[in-house]
Amino acid sequence: MNASGDSSDKSLYSRMYRAFVGVAAICGIVIIVVYQITAPIIADNQNRALETAIYKVLPEVASKKEFYLNTAGSFVTEKLQSNHVIYATYDLNQQLVGFAIPAQGMGYQDNIQLLYGYDPTKQAVVGMQIIQSRETPGLGSRIEDDPKFVENFLRLDVRLNETMNSLANAIVLVKPGKKTKAWEIDSISGATISSKAVGNIIQQSASFWLPKITQHYKEFEFGS
Amino acid sequence: MAAKPIKIPVVSETEQETNTFLNGLWQQNPVFVQVLGMCPTLAVTNSAINALVMGLATMSVLLMSNILVSSLRYFIPRQVRIATYILIIATFVTAIDYVIQAVSLEIHNALGAFISLIVVNCLILGRAEAFASRNTVNKSIQDALGMGLGFTLALLLLGIIRELLGQGSLFGIAIFPENYENWIIMLLPGGGFFTLGLLLLVFNWLQQRDTENSQ
Repeated sequence: MNASGDSSDKSLYSRMYRAFVGVAAICGIVIIVVYQITAPIIADNQNRALETAIYKVLPEVASKKEFYLNTAGSFVTEKLQSNHVIYATYDLNQQLVGFAIPAQGMGYQDNIQLLYGYDPTKQAVVGMQIIQSRETPGLGSRIEDDPKFVENFLRLDVRLNETMNSLANAIVLVKPGKKTKAWEIDSISGATISSKAVGNIIQQSASFWLPKITQHYKEFEFGS
Repeated sequence: MAAKPIKIPVVSETEQETNTFLNGLWQQNPVFVQVLGMCPTLAVTNSAINALVMGLATMSVLLMSNILVSSLRYFIPRQVRIATYILIIATFVTAIDYVIQAVSLEIHNALGAFISLIVVNCLILGRAEAFASRNTVNKSIQDALGMGLGFTLALLLLGIIRELLGQGSLFGIAIFPENYENWIIMLLPGGGFFTLGLLLLVFNWLQQRDTENSQ
């Protein structure tokens, strides 16, 4: 390449750099401005969505408190980065009424995120709400709104065994309409995998959390 | 969705501004004529509201990127134009993603990854390259509005048909009587292909008739 070619190359390079840096600066500013404006609104939306879901799984709730499980295995109220979080819920008289527990697991197409309510006096799951799922519309998506399926979770027995370290009866999925025991779930025909996934998610989450909740029960009482 | 190279007719400078707008809306409709952006067209049109939000989101990104690309058209050397356009488009997609989350988390969840995938919608890069980089800001705005509205209306049409047949409702409001048996295939990807195929047939027939009449 000759000398004049070199100099025109240089000017081209500098124009390229200028274009990239200039455009990147503009783009950076746009993203920062939009983020700054929307971040509090998004956080607010997420909070509201969570509160609505908690109210749906535990209707008598008046207030809630977050408890994080730290690496030492005890519950703390300071925000931790882990997703090991549960919500203790209280009624108007500040009595502990139950726990809203987020859980997730693999469904038919993608992760299913749900929230379920646990009532320690009944030792039962008393409500379940799907937070996010991408199950097949019209088939698997019925885990969200099929009235018969949702009814399974209004009183699902999850009592612990005598040593208090695991569920006394594993949650079992049975064919539609064949439920006879309190720890069984009627599946949805046409959505077997999705309904089984919901059962498994609750089974796994309950066996993880319930022994810990029972062990530390006193710590959740209001003000403690 | 990476498609095979499609010839996008460039509108000559002399054409009227209204033509630029109508061109995208009808003669060069991105979905029915150029067959661009098929990924969101098929994936998120299972309900009218999803289709509408997706169309509007794409239109906003197209509008903003067209404005920026056309105002910087003398500043960006041709050798790095595509990389720069992608950077610009990705920025506005990120911004729209935040805005949709702020407006409704429910819709954001329903649209899922397809919002981020607006980045690779050939329609937007196609308009930046074929139109905005060669025309004034004013004309690029007309083009973005025309193309964006054409895209939105096409998506909305698919969404309305699929939701009506698949769920018997429109924007979540029940339209058909309760004993209507939902046509679930319409909500699944197959239904998207059927509906799009039939609409393309109708559109091509209309255009063919127009050409025959004008001859």
